Amino acid sequence: MSKARPKATTSVLAAPRGRPRKPQPRRSRRRFLGLDRDGMLLAVPALIPVAVFSLYPLMRGIYLGFTDAQAGRATETSFTAFSNYADLLDDSYFWESFRVGLIWAFSVTILQFVASLGLAMLLNQKIRLRWLARTLSLVPWAMPPVVIGIMWRLIYHPNAGLLNSVLMDLRIIDSNVDWLSSFSLALPAIIVVGVWTGMPQTTVVILAGLQSVSKELQEAASVDGAGAWQRFRAVTWPAIAPVVTAITTLDFIWNFNQFGLVYVLTEGGPGGATRLPMLFAYEEAFRYGNYGYAAALGNVMVLIIAVFVAFYLRQRFKEAQK
Amino acid sequence: MERTTSSAVTGLKYLALCAYLVFLAFPLLWLLSTALKTPQEIAQINPTIIPNDITFANFRAAFDEQPIARSLVNTAFVASVSATLTVLLSIPAAYVMARYRSVVSRAVIVWVLLSQIFPWVLVIIPLFLLLRDAGLYDSRLGLIIVYVVWSMPFALWMLRSYVASIPYELEEAAAMDGATKVRALRSVVAPLLAPGVVAAGLFAFVSAWNEFLFALVLIRDPDLQTISLTLVKFIGAEGVARLGPLAAASLVATIPSLIFFAFMQRRLTGGLLGGAVKS
Repeated sequence: MSKARPKATTSVLAAPRGRPRKPQPRRSRRRFLGLDRDGMLLAVPALIPVAVFSLYPLMRGIYLGFTDAQAGRATETSFTAFSNYADLLDDSYFWESFRVGLIWAFSVTILQFVASLGLAMLLNQKIRLRWLARTLSLVPWAMPPVVIGIMWRLIYHPNAGLLNSVLMDLRIIDSNVDWLSSFSLALPAIIVVGVWTGMPQTTVVILAGLQSVSKELQEAASVDGAGAWQRFRAVTWPAIAPVVTAITTLDFIWNFNQFGLVYVLTEGGPGGATRLPMLFAYEEAFRYGNYGYAAALGNVMVLIIAVFVAFYLRQRFKEAQK
Repeated sequence: MERTTSSAVTGLKYLALCAYLVFLAFPLLWLLSTALKTPQEIAQINPTIIPNDITFANFRAAFDEQPIARSLVNTAFVASVSATLTVLLSIPAAYVMARYRSVVSRAVIVWVLLSQIFPWVLVIIPLFLLLRDAGLYDSRLGLIIVYVVWSMPFALWMLRSYVASIPYELEEAAAMDGATKVRALRSVVAPLLAPGVVAAGLFAFVSAWNEFLFALVLIRDPDLQTISLTLVKFIGAEGVARLGPLAAASLVATIPSLIFFAFMQRRLTGGLLGGAVKS
């Protein structure tokens, strides 16, 4: 394995300076950020690219949100403070996209949670075909987002799609529906795909939570005559509440930031009916070249996400105090 | 426990399980079935899940179309180079994170969490400008750099826990037996770290293979496209006749991540350190 190697000679010269609590290479002389020279040598090759290609762009991105940066403009970009945000407030496309984004994120997160809780509770029992359900429930996780989008386009395909053919057979519809091009049906249709895509993570986390619920308490409750619902409310739910808060918060943020899946399914159409905030920002930046404006939208999304993280932390804090 | 209602409850449970199985499995079956059908059958009014006659012509058609074969090669190249670089850069840093009490470790963990919840558009615009100014826009190298940087936090996190699970006593014992530091790292730490390296490498490979947004923004030249981009371009011209090859190509594009997940499932069940130290 090739790597920057610690120089063997230093170990002879340097004396340990105060025994550290955790065992560690004891060649500590001058330290920076808690690292001695060898530590620095080992860490720097990884830290430099991260700083240049993610930390720096991030800072610059936040800054861009306060400028009028545009593609292909000869003039210098200038600092415009909050004028992008004032424009956003006046932009009806932004509000529409924001509304779609919230509907999408809330519906997908809630449905994902309900569906995953049900599935996890089934998988937590001795039940036939459990292996099959377990494997299948992981598969969406293993698929590239682009392929998931294509697969569901095949399902929703107006002429050759599975859904139309099944609904026709059941006589629920009498002519083929073009799901993804319908102004009223496109959003519900992609919400179903969102739920399908995100179920594995949520199910796995809730299942892990369920497996930590104490069997003794369950039995004690049922000996005392508690029904299934009472057992769930009094024993199971309190035990899984912390993981549920964690995973739904994460799910919400992931869904709110969703891009690839919806881009493949509808590209935000028809007429903006599925244009999530990220798609809006992408179009602003790379179709119209309004870098500053798109970055401002990114900053707004950071703020919204920060609110949800704060909410989550508060919840965690309350749970910890109980 | 409640014996009177138990059979009804069991019935309901199986009903629910069936509903889940249908919801989870049918999209996959449909993809598979479309990939194996003839164009005539795909265009049929009443399509069936099981193809009337199974054909592999769609796979051949997909590979005959130049862009798909070429972009598979492109993707394999970009993904393997970036996975290798990610691992090579991460191993020493992960060692430091596990063995030193340092702010760096905590900073990386915070960074891992942040990168999970960040709206990517905020990073991708400046990154695009940065790479454009450096002459790396629309190049494989630019894409590789981006993939290395973006899979590194998670790779570091994975490798860190693998290093931490290797007892420091092993290194000390090797030193006691007269091995130099380098020797100890190479012949004691490295072999035990191998599964972690494979896991982190596969993770980096698969995330690069599946990635879409960065490729969409950073690659313009059709000759450099990765498979995600090519598949999406493929959708645009969506005649029914093209659905078969599209489904076939999508299945091929899924193979690496399926392998990764199969591998990871075994990893999770298999013990990592199988008796290196008696506790």
